[in-house]
Amino acid sequence: MAEACEKTAENPTRRRILEWTAIGLGIISTLVLAIPILSYLVGMLIRRQPDEWIDLGPVKKFPVGQTLLVEFLNPKAQPWDGLTQKASAYVRHVQAEKFQVFAINCAHLGCPVSWFPASGLFMCPCHGGVYYEDGSHASGPPPRGLFEYDYQITAQGTLQIKGGHLPTLQDPMRKPRPGEKA
Amino acid sequence: MMRRWLWSTGAWLEHRLGLKDSVWPMMRHPVPRGANWWYVFGSATMTLLIIQIVTGICLALVYVPSPDQAFESLEYLNYHQYMGWFLRALHYWAATGMVCMLFVHLTQVFLFGAFKYPRELTWIVGVGLLACTLFMGFSGQVLRWDQDAYWGVGVGASMAGRVPIIGPQVVELLLGGTQIGAPTLSRFFALHVFVVPGLLISLLVLHLYLVLRKGISEPPVPGKPVDPKTYEAEYEEKLKGGEPFFPDSMWRDAIFSFLTILVAVGVAAYLGPYGPRSVPDPTLIQANPRPDWYFLWLFALLALSPPEAETFIMLVLPVLLFGILIVIPFVSNTGERSWRRRPIAVLSVISVFVTFVVLTYLGFTSPWSPEMEAWSATTVPENMIQWTPDLKKPEDKHTLSPVQLQGAVVLQNKNCRNCHALDGKGGHRGPDLTDVATRLTRDELIRQVIQGGGNMPAYGKQLKPAEVDALVDFLGTLRPKDQPGARSSASLSP
Repeated sequence: MAEACEKTAENPTRRRILEWTAIGLGIISTLVLAIPILSYLVGMLIRRQPDEWIDLGPVKKFPVGQTLLVEFLNPKAQPWDGLTQKASAYVRHVQAEKFQVFAINCAHLGCPVSWFPASGLFMCPCHGGVYYEDGSHASGPPPRGLFEYDYQITAQGTLQIKGGHLPTLQDPMRKPRPGEKA
Repeated sequence: MMRRWLWSTGAWLEHRLGLKDSVWPMMRHPVPRGANWWYVFGSATMTLLIIQIVTGICLALVYVPSPDQAFESLEYLNYHQYMGWFLRALHYWAATGMVCMLFVHLTQVFLFGAFKYPRELTWIVGVGLLACTLFMGFSGQVLRWDQDAYWGVGVGASMAGRVPIIGPQVVELLLGGTQIGAPTLSRFFALHVFVVPGLLISLLVLHLYLVLRKGISEPPVPGKPVDPKTYEAEYEEKLKGGEPFFPDSMWRDAIFSFLTILVAVGVAAYLGPYGPRSVPDPTLIQANPRPDWYFLWLFALLALSPPEAETFIMLVLPVLLFGILIVIPFVSNTGERSWRRRPIAVLSVISVFVTFVVLTYLGFTSPWSPEMEAWSATTVPENMIQWTPDLKKPEDKHTLSPVQLQGAVVLQNKNCRNCHALDGKGGHRGPDLTDVATRLTRDELIRQVIQGGGNMPAYGKQLKPAEVDALVDFLGTLRPKDQPGARSSASLSP
């Protein structure tokens, strides 16, 4: 044993080269494994899924002046998503071709707000955020009004919204229009 | 014959494993005399962890970590799987016990100054174990794939979404996609079942190794400070008069762990499993999401703090709290160990516990949340509609005028009761209106209803003038009948 040690010590260059080869191979194999595994883990950021247009039904389903809760299916759902592929939004038919479509998620921390037509208020059960019928902030902790979807009316008269992600403060449903308060 | 066979097998194994030279000395390692009943909480926490591992593996045999079946598999565990209800109950209540026991252990170690030189690293690894345990709590709540779990993840994601600049990316990493769904449950399952338990067990091994290597701290003596120069020599000296851990000291741990198991099993058998509550259907917006009890304090803090402080509380405070815990042994790793000589330490423990209890109570009652059904379910108390001014003449009843009655209807129909209580019943977000007429004049009432303010929405657009009149007429009757109504200061001037 001791002899063997002395032998390698006689040839220090060879020993150094072998040591560095081992370290180098270790680094290379780590990278070879880490790059695909890490890409797999952050795959949803690399291949991002943009929002899609979602049908909410014919415009005439929504009486002018009313706010209705509509259900739809999340376009990004997996077949094994079960109940959680269901989603909903509040549609407010302001007038003629003018709509407001709100996410049900409170702008504070995402809990589902309830609509009270008699008082024209949305109320959140978690921390008591309240919004007016046009989605603007009325009281409580939310830092902004309700998140609004972009919408369009097709030639066939169908109301569509652009959705597919959970709205958060930095990633709302749509960017505020120029001159509009978030 | 049998005995000889056992003996030779034992000898064969021992020759290869060498336990007599490795594990046996660990069991027999000397501990300082005087280690008492205060030293049992760590081992009890570990006992609960073992229950968690065993019951967790058993539950994983049946549970389906997929959103279309998770809820059903939990129901199956509760109602069909033989003893499934008991294992679910034990997993929940032992988890609760583990969080409690961990905090008791942490408090004891803190008050006994056991984190000081040379056991700083033992403490820091313990802080890591605390973080893992709390994450296990949160992720376990997500696996209970019900309404609370669904919205709980949403709240977690909304908090993560406030991270500056990369918030949206953090949200997608957390959810495994753009929405709460299949990838979300799967990743919480992987974290709860593989990643964090692996981390937790590794840290626990390190924790125990450090406990063995640096020895358990001797009970503190007031007036006997820790001096890194002399501490270890003195400790060695104490060990010479010490006793072997097994069995002279371990019997206390064994008895306390036995009692802990007994309580966990008893509570689980008596109270049964927790949830799953409502189905995780995102279109059922009548949800009333609440976190499990150990996060209720944060839930309360987020309702009560000013909006400007919220992002700080969500993102910086948790880091800060764990940072403080990690820094403690560096700030104070010498000096007095006894809590009798460390008033600031004692005060900190008291204030932390009082804060925790008060916030948890507030989170439990959550007076800031509107009561969504109060407007239709909680009626106006009868004695506010009709009362007897003079008890001697019960037939002489006073009834509200038709306009005032109409006002009471407006109060109900316009959802005012969701935030305002009458006689303590209804929401508590706004003030109780039982005596409102002693505080506000008619003009002030009109202004408050129409313009709102002080955290009340403005109702000007929602009420017709006649409705405001009726409502204020009714509110004007709300006062103790022997007290005058509020008068404006203008009316008092001569």
